[in-house]
Amino acid sequence: MTDTTQSSNQTGPTVDSAAAGVVDTSMASGRFNRFDNPWLNPKLIWGVCILGGILLLGVIGQFIWNTELVFTGSTPLKLPPFGFENLRRQEGLAEFPLGTDGAGRDLLALLIVGTPNTLMIGAVASLIGMSTGIFLGFSAGFIGGRVDDVIRIFSDVMITIPPLLILVVFQSAFGDVSLFMMAVLIAGFMWQSPTRLIRAQVLSMRESGYVKMAQLSGASTMHIMFREMMPNLIPYLFGSFIANVTTAIVTAVGLEVLGLGPQRIPTLGRIIYDAINSGALIQNLWWWWGLPTALLAIMFIALLLVNLGLDEVSNPRLRKM
Amino acid sequence: MGGIPRDYIINRAITFVLTVWIAATLIWIIPRLSPVDPAEVMLGRMASGGAFVEGSDQILEQLRERFGLNEPLWVQYLLYLRSIITFDFGLSAASFPTPVSSLIAVALPWTIGLMLLSVIITFIIGNALGAFMVWERTPRIWKVVIPTLMIFTSVPPILSGLLLMWVFAVQLRALPLTGSYGLDVVPEWSLDFAMSVVEHGTLPALSIILVTFGFWTLGMRGLMITVQGEDYVNLAKAKGLRPRYILYKYMVRNAILPQVTAFALKIGLLVSGQILVERIFSYNGMGKLLYDAILDQDFAVIQGVSFIIILMTAVSVLLVDLLYPLIDPRIRQSAERVA
Repeated sequence: MTDTTQSSNQTGPTVDSAAAGVVDTSMASGRFNRFDNPWLNPKLIWGVCILGGILLLGVIGQFIWNTELVFTGSTPLKLPPFGFENLRRQEGLAEFPLGTDGAGRDLLALLIVGTPNTLMIGAVASLIGMSTGIFLGFSAGFIGGRVDDVIRIFSDVMITIPPLLILVVFQSAFGDVSLFMMAVLIAGFMWQSPTRLIRAQVLSMRESGYVKMAQLSGASTMHIMFREMMPNLIPYLFGSFIANVTTAIVTAVGLEVLGLGPQRIPTLGRIIYDAINSGALIQNLWWWWGLPTALLAIMFIALLLVNLGLDEVSNPRLRKM
Repeated sequence: MGGIPRDYIINRAITFVLTVWIAATLIWIIPRLSPVDPAEVMLGRMASGGAFVEGSDQILEQLRERFGLNEPLWVQYLLYLRSIITFDFGLSAASFPTPVSSLIAVALPWTIGLMLLSVIITFIIGNALGAFMVWERTPRIWKVVIPTLMIFTSVPPILSGLLLMWVFAVQLRALPLTGSYGLDVVPEWSLDFAMSVVEHGTLPALSIILVTFGFWTLGMRGLMITVQGEDYVNLAKAKGLRPRYILYKYMVRNAILPQVTAFALKIGLLVSGQILVERIFSYNGMGKLLYDAILDQDFAVIQGVSFIIILMTAVSVLLVDLLYPLIDPRIRQSAERVA
């Protein structure tokens, strides 16, 4: 390994000191790529695979399954999944493999349409929150002074306010909202923790050798922010993004279970709301509330795995376990 | 509070006041941005309840007067702030002449009781498991069991609640499905009533505990790994102290402090989670009150409940912040040095 890299370096017309650098990095990356690439830890891989699977269910499902079945009354009522029997001794039909709900909708179609909607709310809300957080965090850490004080106090204040309650007030005042609007509203509470995280990191990085070095060599502020600091923040940013996706989905599901949120668009939370309200628990219609619940739970577990995996990337001390 | 530096207290107090003020303002502004007129909504309710309302225009005018909707905006705002400080949220529209504050006064003890219970249990179990995950003398079986239990972390408590309801209340019929006490007991200080409350509280509390302890376990694990490598732990081992003594007196005591601050950040999520648990279990707390108010479009109650819950959250954060320097002398000293 060492021999090959050195020989390849000797062929290249490089200055001595630069060549030494090349040898070092190629050796390091070679070793880490083979055995110890922190990005290839099993938690991260599992999490990403499960999330990808859930996403595929939504994307491919739209093409191979009849999504018209999400409309009320398009199927018989309260049929169990294929191979099961409900309390009225009706057997599940292969036409509706996951059963149907109390309003005559096919559960598989509902899940295929609802899952991407739920994930979309999480991703959009988190993305908007993240971008705001990056902007505010860098401003606070870099500009400092009055700006820093205002941003710090404001994010400290907003992080204590539970988003669910303000959103409940909002949605009950405005009535029906669109899916995108819901995501934007939730994003209003997703910027605080990225802001704090990035501010703290920027403050500590500002004093570090390589940033000082870049400043001394006359690099522009933009260059320092995005080329010098940003790459070091990437694992944190990913981690914070995933954590926020979880929080955003939890908040969205919470609002939907309270009967708010988009009224006519299927989402996982909405299915659960309908199920609870129709007494699906008492009537033992387990597939109606159970399948969306299970899908959400799997989604959260996958997000947690991704987050734990990312933690290991940014904090090597955790890797030994 | 002699030990805590004054600057620190002032800082925390300002954050607290700002939090409550911003929350109150948001709750006030949002409905005013909406095209819906609260007085009309309320009248619509009355009309739908009692068929025809005599002289509805007059009533509308009176209601507007009652809400102060005819005053200039800033006067409305100041009036609102004054009334909200005195916990006067107006009258409920759904159960009309009842003040919102008395509805809240009935619901609040249930919520606080359930929350204190589940939070304390979660904190103890979560941190203990986190510490045991790292401790080298933990039996190997636990190092397999604990991570398996952690699968539930990050699943919101409504989902675990639904599952528990189905298993224990519907399938096994071991515990009641909904409510906060049985219909066959009278709310009074008696053993029967207490038993009924405990029976009804078990599932809601369990569904919160099951999914939140993992947060503490994870945090504690990270902190314990850091502490494990410290020199004072190695020295304690070299001195031949008992392993259990090292675990409690040297490792856990040092690792647990940041967990207390993490608590302050987590309260908001815990509260929202519990609101939803109360809603699915029809538990007589703030969650059910809020859900019923949303169904009835009872805006005064929604405002009141939201404000009280935010206030509760802010107060708990303030308490954690003020208690923290008392348990961690390092904060006290560094703050003194800065000041």
